[in-house]
Amino acid sequence: MYTQALDVHGDSGEPVDESERERRFQARVDREEKVEPKDWMPARYRATLIRQISQHAHSEIVGMLPEGNWITRAPSLLRKSILIAKVQDEGGHGAYLYSAAETLGVSRDQLIEQLLCGKAKYSSIFNYPTPTWADVGAIGWLVDGAAIMNQIPLCRCSYGPYARAMVRICREESFHQRQGFDIMMKLCAGTAEQKAMAQGALDRWWWPALMMFGPPDSASTHSSDSQRWKIKRFSNDELRQKFVDFTVPQAKFLGLTVPDPELKWNETLQRHEFGAIDWNEFERVLKGNGPCNRERLEARRRAQSQGRWVREAAMAHADKQRRRAASCAA
Amino acid sequence: MSALHPAPARDAASAADEAPALYRYVLRLGDLALVLGQRLSEWVGHAPALEEDLGLANIALDLVGQARLLLAYAGEIEGRGRGEDDIAFLRTHGEYLNPTLVELPNGDFGETIVRQVLIDAFQLALYERLASSRDERLAAIAEKAVKETRYHLRYSSSWLVRLGDGTEDSHARVQRALERLWPYTVELFEADALDRDMAERGIAPSLEDMRGAWNRHIDEVLAEATLDRPAERPYTWFGKRGEHSEHLGYLLAEMQYLQRAHPGARW
Amino acid sequence: MSAESNERDAPGEREWPLFEIFIRPRGGLDHKHVGSLHACDARMAIEHARDLYTRREEGVSIWAVPSASITASDPAEADALFEPARDKIYRHPTFYDIPPEVKTL
Repeated sequence: MYTQALDVHGDSGEPVDESERERRFQARVDREEKVEPKDWMPARYRATLIRQISQHAHSEIVGMLPEGNWITRAPSLLRKSILIAKVQDEGGHGAYLYSAAETLGVSRDQLIEQLLCGKAKYSSIFNYPTPTWADVGAIGWLVDGAAIMNQIPLCRCSYGPYARAMVRICREESFHQRQGFDIMMKLCAGTAEQKAMAQGALDRWWWPALMMFGPPDSASTHSSDSQRWKIKRFSNDELRQKFVDFTVPQAKFLGLTVPDPELKWNETLQRHEFGAIDWNEFERVLKGNGPCNRERLEARRRAQSQGRWVREAAMAHADKQRRRAASCAA
Repeated sequence: MSALHPAPARDAASAADEAPALYRYVLRLGDLALVLGQRLSEWVGHAPALEEDLGLANIALDLVGQARLLLAYAGEIEGRGRGEDDIAFLRTHGEYLNPTLVELPNGDFGETIVRQVLIDAFQLALYERLASSRDERLAAIAEKAVKETRYHLRYSSSWLVRLGDGTEDSHARVQRALERLWPYTVELFEADALDRDMAERGIAPSLEDMRGAWNRHIDEVLAEATLDRPAERPYTWFGKRGEHSEHLGYLLAEMQYLQRAHPGARW
Repeated sequence: MSAESNERDAPGEREWPLFEIFIRPRGGLDHKHVGSLHACDARMAIEHARDLYTRREEGVSIWAVPSASITASDPAEADALFEPARDKIYRHPTFYDIPPEVKTL
């Protein structure tokens, strides 16, 4: 059960040494058995999961902002409704993920504090601006598309609460990508200005979307443990390649040009070759120097601090109710 | 109108005769939902807690849904081939007939909640009665909307009680908000020629009836929230007649931008 | 850091308690655990659960339980608690070979 009252450091089983416990743990994971909150787990497994799940949660919350920004300017009532529903879903996904992280012995408030003071990372993609309506379409099509590719394997991750949260999220996510692609289709079938708007958005979001899959396999520090523990089931490069192969034909269907002069189909290998990613930009944005990093965090800090009186009032009211109930019972 | 003696459906002649008035009446309802939905949607991503982002978004979504149904109907009554988006995005300032209360800026969470309780109680009184309107379309819309509104009122009332009977600071904030917003409730129940005309035709409920129900709910929730009912004060805004505050202009500029920048485009 | 961050660091904002949520998806089915959320009290927990877990018509009934009220069995005792049931297979109907002519068993 996902209780905060878990004793996460003790273990009431018979005395067994650490390496034996790790061996048994690994054997369970290899057998595709799920790890649940009260089970013994290596400290690094717990820490890795807390880091990964919370980064995922933070990404969903911060991700509400670049699209939320267009709700009041959505060009039709249907689009406005869809966008509100999508952003609402993203908030919901953040909530499911914070819940899953909390089963590992951290509190949501602790995690949010780490985000707001700049210590925690979140997906760098949300540090890019959405200057036009077409960017909303591109985010749904490319960013949610990339996210789905990352997320489907996580439905089989070894940690039960995370896997179950991912199943729920993936079910909801597929509408997100479709509505983005639908926006792009309407734009590409519209006026010359609309079509130019769509091309501009693809130009801006293509490379950041590829960077969403993380550094190349050769450079990634966390990967091998994560793969051994079935937290991460495919490598960054594998998923990135799959994304390119799926998405390039979609761009062609839209009549848009992918902003990569080196992009070409390799008939022998049956996949696309693509140009070099600018990893310096990735590092810059990850370190907080992307175009919108400061604005996104400022918005979240403002919401948190301006909402404090509300949260305290709600707790004060609940306390009063409890005292009243107690004195009635007395 | 009385639930015991629903009036017979209208004949074609009287329908044509009442179309301009009916159009304006439906706009009043639709614009209330449109403008308030727009204001609430500004909160998404900025609420005091993640759960409140979801709660406010839920209400915004329901209101936009009501706006779509009502404004589509208005377009049909008008009979010039305008759909829900033409009506929503392409009218001029004075043609919007929402009550001024809903176009005011959100303020803090407390002000938003106070506004929400005042309007939810109004919409509940309205839709409960509109469900037996002689206008079948309005009756159907109201029947669906009444369930949503009951939940909105539960949500906003719960929050008003938490804030009113929370800390000293929260109590002071919502009492101030209530004093500030109270005068804008006058136009909700002040019947004008259009309200009387619609009531006589059995299309709209009597505002007096609605006022009674609204007062009962408001007094109950204010008491539970330990808030004082403000004194009545003289008041000048009548958004429902197209006489708006300065705030509507900014709201429309933002909302209408893309449609105005790309005339005739499809989205 | 801005002044706002100092306000955030100010002492003692108490976190809203954690609740576990169970939803009955349709009449006739059991309530199923779907996850947790934060709320000040049970009424708020129900409202939050409704907005978080039933956006797609997934529920007709919600149970909200403070997480601290839940007692869980200890996985280290799983063998003692659950293993003995494994060799009492005579509890299962499939253990018994009933001749096909006996129709209603």
